[in-house]
Amino acid sequence: MTAYNTIAFDPSRCELCNDCDACITACAQVKSGSDDPLYSRIKIVAGFNGNPPELALCRQCGDPECVKSCPSTALTKNPDTGLIDWEKSLCVDCLLCTVGCSYGGITYNATLKHVAKCDLCDGDPACVKACPSGALSYITSAGIFNEQHEREDLFVPGLSACQGCNSEMIMRHSLRKVGPDTVLATPPGCIPGMGSVGFNGTTGTKVPVFHPLLTNTASMLAGLKKQYNRMGRNVTAMALAGDGGAGDVGFQSLSGAAERNDQILFICVDNEGYMNTGMQASGSTSYGSWTTTTPVGSEMKGKRTSQKNLAMIMMNHNCEYVATASTAFVEDYYEKLDKALAASERGFAYLHIYSPCPTGWRFPSSQTIEVCRKGVETNFAPLWEYERGGDLHFTHPIDNPLPVEAYLNLSGKYRHVNAEQLACIQQQVNERVRTLKRYAGQ
Amino acid sequence: MNTTHYLVAGASHAGLEAVHRIRLVDETSPITLVTRDAHAPYSPTILPYVVSGQSAPERVVLRPADYFLQHNVTLISDNELVSIDETGKQVTLKSGDRWQYAKLLLATGADPIIPPIPGLSETPYHVLRTMQHAIDLRDHAGKVKRAVVLGAGLIGMHGAENLRHAGLDVTIVEMCDQVLPGYFDARAAAVIEHAFNANGIRMLMGSRVVRVEPLGDGCRITLENGDSLEADLLLVATGVKPQLDYLKGTSVQVDQGILVDRRMRTDAPHIWAAGDVAQAADFYGEEKVMMGILPDAVTQGAVAAMDMTEDHALKPYIGGVPINTYTFFGQQAISVGQSLADASLEELTRVDEDHGRYLKILLKENRLQGISSINQEMDAGIMWQLILRKVDLTPVKDAFIARPLETGRALMSSTWR
Ligand SMILES: Cc1cc2nc3c(=O)[nH]c(=O)nc-3n(C[C@H](O)[C@H](O)[C@H](O)COP(=O)(O)OP(=O)(O)OC[C@H]3O[C@@H](n4cnc5c(N)ncnc54)[C@H](O)[C@@H]3O)c2cc1C
Ligand code: SF4
Ligand code: SF4
Repeated sequence: MTAYNTIAFDPSRCELCNDCDACITACAQVKSGSDDPLYSRIKIVAGFNGNPPELALCRQCGDPECVKSCPSTALTKNPDTGLIDWEKSLCVDCLLCTVGCSYGGITYNATLKHVAKCDLCDGDPACVKACPSGALSYITSAGIFNEQHEREDLFVPGLSACQGCNSEMIMRHSLRKVGPDTVLATPPGCIPGMGSVGFNGTTGTKVPVFHPLLTNTASMLAGLKKQYNRMGRNVTAMALAGDGGAGDVGFQSLSGAAERNDQILFICVDNEGYMNTGMQASGSTSYGSWTTTTPVGSEMKGKRTSQKNLAMIMMNHNCEYVATASTAFVEDYYEKLDKALAASERGFAYLHIYSPCPTGWRFPSSQTIEVCRKGVETNFAPLWEYERGGDLHFTHPIDNPLPVEAYLNLSGKYRHVNAEQLACIQQQVNERVRTLKRYAGQ
Repeated sequence: MNTTHYLVAGASHAGLEAVHRIRLVDETSPITLVTRDAHAPYSPTILPYVVSGQSAPERVVLRPADYFLQHNVTLISDNELVSIDETGKQVTLKSGDRWQYAKLLLATGADPIIPPIPGLSETPYHVLRTMQHAIDLRDHAGKVKRAVVLGAGLIGMHGAENLRHAGLDVTIVEMCDQVLPGYFDARAAAVIEHAFNANGIRMLMGSRVVRVEPLGDGCRITLENGDSLEADLLLVATGVKPQLDYLKGTSVQVDQGILVDRRMRTDAPHIWAAGDVAQAADFYGEEKVMMGILPDAVTQGAVAAMDMTEDHALKPYIGGVPINTYTFFGQQAISVGQSLADASLEELTRVDEDHGRYLKILLKENRLQGISSINQEMDAGIMWQLILRKVDLTPVKDAFIARPLETGRALMSSTWR
């Protein structure tokens, strides 16, 4: 199976532009040299009764009905690009393809006298470039998936993570990329809990894995790495730890290893709490969040204290490399993973990955990536990196962040949040970005 | 004796879709595909364009040459299913070869009906269902001037237009009072007839042929009203009907076609049928119907294959909805679902004489039952889905009536995420 690049549409952003139709004009221009929306292959249609706008565009389906309905072979699915190609010289204008499509992705143009559909502008979509609100984006992470597909997944199949678990995706992607010359530590948390550390006398990984205490992950890895160095073997000492194992119970050993700049790749998978033991709050749990230890009742309205910003704390250790990442932006993550891996040969590298948790945060398992994305787009979870001696650097700057509700509204754990709390959260977000910007020299 | 797991008879839309679907879930079990045709698989729908010369036969092959090899499918062309031994799970082909199967799909389509017109059997005439028919008709049309087409159904109309494009004088003789009955109402049919007339095709509607006889290299056609026509070339397009002799001795039940349930199962064990050969559930009523359209052949082929492979994603067949995207002389007539109102339906019609546009919406309890249009932009697939999903249009009714295209797009796009 090959993955392909695609256009993504965010109706909540599209709403902001007041029917600018810039994408439509751009498409009509680039395809037919006209401003007439009739020539556009992308259509934005108003939603009803206050619903956000909708997009009618060819989805370049995997098993396309339009192609199956075509008697002339004018339509074909291109296995290399993933595009549904339309060949004018073969088309007989029977319009049967329009019967196949449920989304208005291929339509008849009465002036051109034939059907027309999106061809992704040969990988340089004019509509995306024209979109002023960022509602359209061209997703090019397919290349990563195709490349990773060639590598071996170093976790065993059948781990018992929850449906839609972001942490499982992070683990599998990360270890696959880091490769087999690795010793992995997974302190107590969801990651070993889902079976990666082992079950029935076998490990859940295809690399050596161990289960340190919550308190000593970084120090055990430091010792292991030293021993491998002595033996002359180049082995990556890697931790996949939760936010509790990294920032609360495990913090002194983590801080010590960072201070010594030990050669470790430490990945913190931050789901804002102790999810596998029953969703208790941790130091990373954000202000206002419902957890089982920060309940919502007549007195308490979720967590009363703010989350500590572990990534910034780690940056202040001045170790080799520190970065935040999100699975909604995998290209960004992969670049950081490459840098972190290289940095871990020199010293301590720390990656902090936001990991919204469908079970503990109470959102549908299909929404994991959407929650990740909105976290970044509201600046709740900004993406940045820091290299020893340099400035902090935003890797995906958000100039016009969505209001923080756009993120909070997705998760049940914020359902009770009142106006006052909301204002407080928004203020915290703003302050955090201001602080980060200072570090970035802005 | 040869053995196979899946035996598929017919290599057109229904059969090819079934093979595709089988391979999506079952990569290894042997598939054998038998087809009567000697040509590489093609769509019968393309044939009129082969006649006019617009489409070259070698460019309309539905699967690339290496497809069957790549997917481990044994393709047997220029052969034919002639009998089935249902208890022994064996078929016999015309060549005498016998094949043992575990599951059998009948997707053998339909063949032209030859009406019992006196003199027809002694007169040379054409039909249009196979590539060879189209090539013969094209070659003949290249040498003569006058064509008569019997029948104003889909095949007759497409055939007539393309013979006209090939430069012939064309006359259509049709028993009914209107063209394309069942798909379009009288008003839409009139627009189509008008375009045919305007493009030099003579339309003899409501005319019955009583006799046909050879005349020189061509023929003479006598009508009930006493008129007669002479033609160099006669195309008989009076309907299609499955050819089912191979079912003799089986328990497969037949009416106009092979009767199937909503999983495309026939009454015989381990035998399925799909496409033009099958008579399956109607979307609107209780009686099983013959659909005879391409999109439905694809759908039925998919359903059959999913049931044959025990694919748990299978959704039973919802029932046939008539669909026609008919293009003629640069105009479009589109009809999805019911085209004629009855007492239970709300009918909304909009006519724009100046631009030759026409739109008709049929609703039942605010759910779309049918929509037809002339020269209006129309997403047939969206309308089909709105009908199949019985989408309640109450909250958007006014918008839908005013702007069915945009409203339909918004409705369906909102189901995407
Ligand atoms: C001229 C013309 C125009 C058309 N225009 C349209 C249109 O505009 N829109 C639309 O929706 N539909 C149209 N159709 C109808 C459409 O082509 C059919 O509905 C569709 O092809 C049905 O597909 P099928 O696979 O069921 O059968 P068919 O396409 O008929 O294929 C049957 C297959 O079975 C094989 N076969 C037959 N008998 C045997 C046997 N005994 N053993 C083995 N193999 C056998 C044949 O060789 C062939 O491969 C048109 C048809 C024609 C002829
Ligand atoms: S035109 Fe429609 S059916 Fe075809 S690929 Fe695009 S969205 Fe899918
Ligand atoms: S990618 Fe190009 S063809 Fe497709 S909708 Fe955008 S501008 Fe039009």
